[in-house]
Amino acid sequence: MNNIIENYKEHFDRLQSSPTSNAMSVLAAVRQNAFNAFSKMGIPTARHEEWKYTRIGSLFNAELQFPANLLPSIEAELEAIRLPGYEQANELVFVNGYFNSSLSRIRSAELITLTMEEAAAGEYKDFVLRYLGDSSRYLKDGINALNTAFTQGGVFLHVKKGQAIEHPVYIYNITDARTAAILAQPRSLVHIGENAQVQLVETYSTIGIADSFTNQVMEVVMEKDSLVEYYKIQNDASHASLVSTTHFLQTGKSYLHTVTISLNGAIVRNNLNVILEAEHCEAHLYGLYFQGGKSHIDNHTIVDNVKPNCFSNELYKGILNNEASGVFNGKIFVRPQAQKTNAYQSNKNVLLSDAASVNTKPQLEIFADDVKCSHGCTVGQLDEEALFYLRSRGISEKIARFLMIRAFAADILEHIKPAPIHAYVEQLISERLEFHIL
Amino acid sequence: MCYLFIIQNRGIIKKGSVYTFLYKQVRIFVAMKTETTQLHKTNGMKDGLSPIENAVLNDYKYGFVTDIESDSAPKGLSEDIVRFISAKKNEPEWMLEWRLKAYRHWLKMEEPQWANIKYPAIDYQDIIYYSAPKQKINPESLDQIDPELRRTFEKLGISLDEQKRLTGVAVDAVVDSVSIGTSFKKQLSELGIIFCSMSEAIQEHPELIKKHLSSVVPITDNYFAALNAAVFSDGSFCYIPRGVRCPMELSTYFRINAENTGQFERTLIVAEEGSYVSYLEGCTAPMRDENQLHAAVVELIAFDNAEIKYSTVQNWYPGDKQGNGGIYNFVTKRGICQGINSKISWTQVETGSAITWKYPSVILKGDNSIGEFYSVAVTNNHQQADTGTKMQHIGKNTKSRIVSKGISAGVSNNSYRGLVHVNKKAVNARNFSQCDSLLLGDKCGAHTFPYIEVRNNTAVVEHEATTSKIGEDQIFYCNQRGIDTETAVALIVNGFAKEVMNQLPMEFAVEAQKLLAISLEGSVG
Repeated sequence: MNNIIENYKEHFDRLQSSPTSNAMSVLAAVRQNAFNAFSKMGIPTARHEEWKYTRIGSLFNAELQFPANLLPSIEAELEAIRLPGYEQANELVFVNGYFNSSLSRIRSAELITLTMEEAAAGEYKDFVLRYLGDSSRYLKDGINALNTAFTQGGVFLHVKKGQAIEHPVYIYNITDARTAAILAQPRSLVHIGENAQVQLVETYSTIGIADSFTNQVMEVVMEKDSLVEYYKIQNDASHASLVSTTHFLQTGKSYLHTVTISLNGAIVRNNLNVILEAEHCEAHLYGLYFQGGKSHIDNHTIVDNVKPNCFSNELYKGILNNEASGVFNGKIFVRPQAQKTNAYQSNKNVLLSDAASVNTKPQLEIFADDVKCSHGCTVGQLDEEALFYLRSRGISEKIARFLMIRAFAADILEHIKPAPIHAYVEQLISERLEFHIL
Repeated sequence: MCYLFIIQNRGIIKKGSVYTFLYKQVRIFVAMKTETTQLHKTNGMKDGLSPIENAVLNDYKYGFVTDIESDSAPKGLSEDIVRFISAKKNEPEWMLEWRLKAYRHWLKMEEPQWANIKYPAIDYQDIIYYSAPKQKINPESLDQIDPELRRTFEKLGISLDEQKRLTGVAVDAVVDSVSIGTSFKKQLSELGIIFCSMSEAIQEHPELIKKHLSSVVPITDNYFAALNAAVFSDGSFCYIPRGVRCPMELSTYFRINAENTGQFERTLIVAEEGSYVSYLEGCTAPMRDENQLHAAVVELIAFDNAEIKYSTVQNWYPGDKQGNGGIYNFVTKRGICQGINSKISWTQVETGSAITWKYPSVILKGDNSIGEFYSVAVTNNHQQADTGTKMQHIGKNTKSRIVSKGISAGVSNNSYRGLVHVNKKAVNARNFSQCDSLLLGDKCGAHTFPYIEVRNNTAVVEHEATTSKIGEDQIFYCNQRGIDTETAVALIVNGFAKEVMNQLPMEFAVEAQKLLAISLEGSVG
């Protein structure tokens, strides 16, 4: 452990002393604080309550390289992983954690895209200073601090007041592990102005066969009357590990809709924070995880009701096959002044094999009395009676199971609103089902 | 207070059983009526206070001190104190070794910090670890018991003689760590049932104690269990032989008495093949200024086809309205369903203590075994409760059911913390958990921390939780029909907790309902 910190300290000192770094004291100060926090907390072990079921220490046993901001030739690979509908979409490409403007295509003029360095030095300085690293208020562990400590080459997005971005924004996080095991740390800060609208779609891809680790943090600040749809699609290689943190701060009455789809990866951990800091905010959180092999999927969500009259609804569904393990940890906080809160949470899991396992922890912490909160979770198998019903009508057992799991997943899939993405995910699920069931 | 006065004078009443029974019912009715009237008066006087705050102002009704000459050890904890306690109880060498082992392990342990409770650091050297009421001879009959002590029980409403005749309950009364009176012993021993104090059991049934003691809760289990093993002063031991159905409810009354004395009870219940026992444990304690530490351990063992039902009503001093004083209750309770078709059921009504840290759990080892946990936890003023259960599914076709009802008022915090673990081999395990919270007032907190770990794909696990308050429409509906607000709240709270109350044996149900009413009368959501 100490070795890791010492090793990272060298990299950190080099980053802080680089000529471009000193010019932007804002970022340097943020990084310094974060590195101090990282040195103190280190890599979380199973003794850390939030990492009880997800052992991440082994990832750091491999000699993970801090990549330099080079431009590997990955045009061909990018072509292969482009999401359908990209012809009309805005595309942002991260390679090894660095925002790559030459591969990115910004079609909507209303979408302001700057590197984090530019934003921190220019007119957005105050905003960056205030909100960069806001997620650390909720995620007190070394992994979050590690990303902030090495904030460089990130991106700052701004949707101006009153603008609705017509085309969705596709964000590709590409990790190039063809030559060595890479620690990629993409970072982004998004500012959704008053009465603005945007659809964000994120995917993760690892090229090459070395064991890689992507530690991503995205922080989104939503102003009054804004609307955000956020889709996260994870179908990376079986040797690629990922910690993906997405932090939404709703500072004004606003609407958030998120869907997280996790289909593959070695260790995948999603932190989704929704902070309802204004009255009458609304948030919908949906998630589906369908894992096989030996993969491990962990979804941690936090919904923090700070102000009264907010509504949140959360539904996560999981299907686990082979030796896959799943974790769900959903927290709902209701602060003392957050009266009239309505918060619902549900987690449903199906285990398809003997060796699959699931740990779920739906958690409520309520300090106000005039609230309606409920949570529920189930773990089980496919309903025998429903299977029998289908089979008695001449449908083979395999097809019956196929149909039932598809129906189980459909509850989540129907919340994916952009048509090409919906079709794409449906296709992925069908392929998975054919592989696992038929 | 009128209520206490009536109880104290109960002894005067002619002890014809029918009269006494009727009188008991009338007494409860009168007492509740008086409290309600008093509350109305206080409500009128304290303008500007919400009904919830008025509920908070309710006094602890069982606060009094009995003056019994204590035979105490000096303050503090060391190997010498452990030896002192062991010597005081004439314990054999193996028992002393066992205690010392626990003590040495305890020294190496750290106090757990994970629970959702806050309290000032406990100075373990500022506690008296042993105090026994002076009692020269072992009483053959109840008449030989210290009259002062008997009055204490009468104040609590369980005079031994009355219960002996009226309810058929055998009572093993524990005042400050030493057992002083055991009734019905002869009737029980005819069936081969052993029901005695732990110190007696160590002397008379060492083979059973050696075999079962700390087999469910090892001395190294946790900080408080290790402390208990080192210094436990007494407790109850109960052994039900093969095929015997215990004909009566067994009960123990715990009571913390001498000032600054931690109460360290240790209870062990063994139910052999095909036996059945229902055990009741009830607690009240006198008012105190300083915090008192209580670290008890309860172990239950059920063999093939055996069933143990363990019920608790806990009403220790919760501290005053500012949160000063009160009992710190750190309890380790665990049962093991060792044999096939065995069943262990925990029922608890927790209304007292400044801090409750308690997780009665069941290890479902035997095939087809069943574990149950029913709980009502009420917190008021500055009380903090972190309570719940653990269900460990190991055997095939095991079932568990958890029903937890948390009620918070004042500025209290009430947490449910539960674990359902389904082992890889636990084929067809089934669990249903429900934990509901009721909030009375806008300054209290309700929290749920359920952990669900499933390693077997044939398991079916369900968990659901809700949080709510008493609706104004519900109160209005009652008012409209001539039910005053206090009664309406009591009605709704009782309805909320009914699922759990129904599980209590008859003897306890009345007392428990009364406790709920006392704790929460006057609260309006």
